Amino acid sequence: MRTLNFAAEAEKVNPLIPHTAELIVGAVAFILLFLVMRSKVVPMFEKAFTARTEAIQGGMERAEKAQLDAQRALTQYNDQLSKARDEAQTLREEARVQGASIVEELRVKAQEEAARITAAAHASIEAERQQAVTSLRNEVGALAVELASKIVGEALDDQARQSRIVDRFLDDLEKSNK
Amino acid sequence: MLTLVRSGAEGEGFVPPSAKDFELPPIFGDNVYTTKPIFLVFLSVILISVFFLLASRKAAVVPSKLQFAGESVYEFVRNGLGRDVIGHEFMRFVPYLFTLFTFILVNNLFGIVPLLQFPTMSHVGFAYVLAIFTFIVFHYVGIRHHGFFKYIKDIMFMPGVPKPAYILITPLEILTFFLVRPLTLSLRLFANMFAGHLLLLVFILGGEHLLSGAIGLKLISPFAFGIGIVMTFFEFMVQCLQAYIFTLLTALYIAGALADEH
Repeated sequence: MRTLNFAAEAEKVNPLIPHTAELIVGAVAFILLFLVMRSKVVPMFEKAFTARTEAIQGGMERAEKAQLDAQRALTQYNDQLSKARDEAQTLREEARVQGASIVEELRVKAQEEAARITAAAHASIEAERQQAVTSLRNEVGALAVELASKIVGEALDDQARQSRIVDRFLDDLEKSNK
Repeated sequence: MLTLVRSGAEGEGFVPPSAKDFELPPIFGDNVYTTKPIFLVFLSVILISVFFLLASRKAAVVPSKLQFAGESVYEFVRNGLGRDVIGHEFMRFVPYLFTLFTFILVNNLFGIVPLLQFPTMSHVGFAYVLAIFTFIVFHYVGIRHHGFFKYIKDIMFMPGVPKPAYILITPLEILTFFLVRPLTLSLRLFANMFAGHLLLLVFILGGEHLLSGAIGLKLISPFAFGIGIVMTFFEFMVQCLQAYIFTLLTALYIAGALADEH
């Protein structure tokens, strides 16, 4: 019966006229939902977003820092490596120079030694020659005197005169040899 | 529910669905607070609250599926409608926009949910209420931001307009801000839901009626049902779109009220 009445009433219905009950209920329901959203849902979602942003940002910052550290370590190692290379280069150079100087020194020393030995040899040869000349002169003198005395038959006992004669004789000999 | 209403029209041939099909009788006695739309509104509040409370309860950094679903909707409103439209002060308005969007969306979707099958917003009262809220919010925001007189002055005398043009523009602006905006906001939503539901009624009740007719008519009825189903999908799109538009326009009005020049 109510339905029939209702249908009859509804013939005059204007859909643009709101029902008071619906206005009230709509407002109340919406405000209720708004309060729930504002007090609980939105803050919680925002909390999750913030936490997530922080987590991501923190991770990125950590990664960035690690990368920076690695970069720094790499530069350091490269520096050290090049420094070591330079050092090795310097050492090699030094060693080369030193080696060369040592060789030079030794060469000079050897030359000096050789010169010294040569000089000594020369000196001893000269001395021996001198000695030989002296002894030869004496012997030749004696022989010549003996020979001469034998020939002349007269002993030239005066030593000084004897030697003078020999010297003169030898000088003449040398002169004639030249 | 519908059959109850339509029973009054039985035996009189096919009565095309009309506005009276939207006037559902109270479920309990004559209490006007026990009609179907009112139950649906409360149902929507409960559903939305429960869903989002559960989804946001943990606020985990790595979200569960439920939290992710909730966050997706929230982020859509927060960033797509709040941040991108309103700008740096948007966070203040996110709860309102979010409530608005979910409330309208769920109530609209009731129009195609089996058994419920009634878009609450096809009752103009609810649409009016929401438009009034938006009206209050954006004017309040504007007055708070600019001061009462400057706000009203900016509306009445738009800056940067040659003086003679005010004769034309001032009445238009006043009309726009105080009448056209809330009216179009509510009527757009209401009319879309009303017309959409009416369309579904035409095809589905029409199909039903054809089924009870002669054999030739029976053969046609599947087409009517088929179009009814297609229309249901179409309605789904319209329902989402209307929720989006209502919220977007609210955000735009708030952004306009906050802007230093209109």
